[in-house]
This record gives sequence, structure tokens and C-alpha cells, in this order.
Amino acid sequence: MMKRDECLKALARHVREEAIVATYQAAFDWMRIALRDLNYLSIGAMGLASSHGLGLALGRPDRRVIVLDGDGSLLMNLGSLTTIAASAPANFVHLVFVNGVYEANGSHPLPGRDRLDFATVAHGSGIADTGTISTLEAFEAEIPWLLTGPGPIFRALKVVAGEPSPQDYAYIHGAETRARFRAAFAR
Amino acid sequence: MTGVPPSGARIIAALKSAGVGFVVAVPDIVTSDGLLWPISRDPDFRLVRMCKEDEGVAICTGLAFSGRRSVMLIQQTGFLDSINAIRAVGVEYEQPVVMLVGLQGKEPGVAPSKSKKVSVNIVEPILDTMGIARHLVETDADVEAVAPAIENAYAASRPVCVLIGQPPTAAS
Repeated sequence: MMKRDECLKALARHVREEAIVATYQAAFDWMRIALRDLNYLSIGAMGLASSHGLGLALGRPDRRVIVLDGDGSLLMNLGSLTTIAASAPANFVHLVFVNGVYEANGSHPLPGRDRLDFATVAHGSGIADTGTISTLEAFEAEIPWLLTGPGPIFRALKVVAGEPSPQDYAYIHGAETRARFRAAFAR
Repeated sequence: MTGVPPSGARIIAALKSAGVGFVVAVPDIVTSDGLLWPISRDPDFRLVRMCKEDEGVAICTGLAFSGRRSVMLIQQTGFLDSINAIRAVGVEYEQPVVMLVGLQGKEPGVAPSKSKKVSVNIVEPILDTMGIARHLVETDADVEAVAPAIENAYAASRPVCVLIGQPPTAAS
């Protein structure tokens, strides 16, 4: 099992002009690893990261949008997989960090976590390019495809938490953070 | 008096005049014939059919960050189901989420807050509590408010709700 922050460090070494939509623990880790203006931090109404990313991807088909989602978050918005598949944005990549718990709310287990297969759900929702990744080596090998392959792309990443990250809600919720993203995304 | 029903074609023209290029929708029987079916055939719009209305709050916001204007076309039941998303994204993050909400079951000529249907009569108080601007389109004369409502929402970066009080007519 790979550590989530190690995964994100590997991704950060390759990311350039992509918009990163990150939510909850993935957002906190990503902020620690790659604080940048092109981060869209989707916290406030749990579950909507994939839908925010879809809107960005449809609005700017010339820019790649990578969503860093959580398993508990996606379970609250599974229909978005169908909406994404139907809209078929070629610039959309959906990475779901699967740790089986609601980490932000006491690490209680997800319902059915031992039986649930997110890649199967995504594939059954109509997304053709899906898969599950369980090792850091496999993830690193996939990164070039994630940054260039035709979307929508979906990967479930089996992870455990790495080092704890600061939970800077003031930064996430700040109007200035959104303004910086807006300006950077418009370029 | 129920007045002349709103013209679907005029509402659609208002969306275009306000620069709306995306319509994000869950079907609603109030607006099905007069708005959603015509919009689905109109090459000036990209229609995004979503599964649940709170998706639309985020999709429209992502589009707004891209400099693209959109509206959500939903029913009041979907609005009620999406309150937390509207609260977090529209109200607290101050995003221009534009909602066209069909009031299914509202009695003709009756103000929404006076409706006997609970899902209708609680809508305006909820919008008022959240500080969201609202406009009622009950008759054709009310359609004039649609384009300015959208323009204002984007100018101020605030949500707005256009309540559709009776089924818009479909173009013959």
C-alpha cells in the first residue's frame, strides 16, 4: 500500500500548467507539497470535487484538469461519474484516493469498504479508461499517461495516510485563494 | 387571474442575451416542454444532463471560473436537495450560481409562499434566509426580469434563483 503524500509528491514532480482540484485530506497534503495558484480547493460541500472539475474541464477544454478526490467524498456524488462519462471531457483526469475511512471525521469506516471497487463503478458508469493502482512504482509509471492520455481517465489509488499535513481552513476558504486560482486559470 | 403563461422562447432568448452558453439540467415537468426540450435541440447551448442537482452547483461554478456563463434548470425538489451545496459554494464562496427552478405543483396565480404544497411554500423563505436574490416568472410579462437577473448575478458574483411559476409555453 502506498502513502498518499508520497503519491502526491510523485505527481507534483510532473505537474506544470494543469489545474488541480483537491478535496479534504488530499487537499491538505497537496497544499503542503505543491502550494500553487492553479490549485482549486474544493472543501465546503463534501462530494463535489468531481463536479467542480467537470465544470472547469468543460469551460476550458484546452487545459488539463486533475481531480484529487477521496473515496468517502466520491460516494456522496457517484452520479457525477455518469455525468462525466456522458460529457466525455478529453482533458479530465479523476484520481480517487481510497483509504476506506472518513478521515476528516474520525476515521470511521466507509460502508461496504471491503466489497466496493471504485474502478468497476467508474467503468460501469461509462468511463472507458479506468483502473486501480496499489503501488507507488505503478503510479509513477502511469503519470505520463495521466498527463497526456485522452480523458476522461479514472484511477482508484489504494493508499494509507502519510505524514500529517496542516489543516489550513482559512487558506482553503479564503476569497484570495479563489481569486488567485481564477487569475491563473484565465491565463 | 393567472395571466398569460411565460413564453419559453422568450426565456431562451433571455438566456442567450445574457451570454449563457451552458445549461446544466435535471428534467422538471414544469419546464420540460417549454425550456428543456427546445434547449436540447438548440445548437447555441451545450446541455449537460446531470444526475443530481447539487452536481450542477459545482459544475456551474467550475464553468464560471472558466469565464463561461451557465444556468441550472431544475425543479424545487432538486433545489431543496441541494441546499448545502448552494450554501457552501454559492453563498459562502460567493459564486454566480444561476438557478431556474420549476415550481412543480404550485397553484396557478397563487404566490409561492401561499401555496398549499409544502415543497413550494418553503422555497422563498429559504432563499430569503440565505440572502439569495429571487425572481418569480409566473406570466409572460415577468420574463423581462430574467436577463438582468443573470447579468446581476455574474456582475456581483452571487447566486440568483428564478422561480418558474407556471409552465412556459413551447414554440409551435
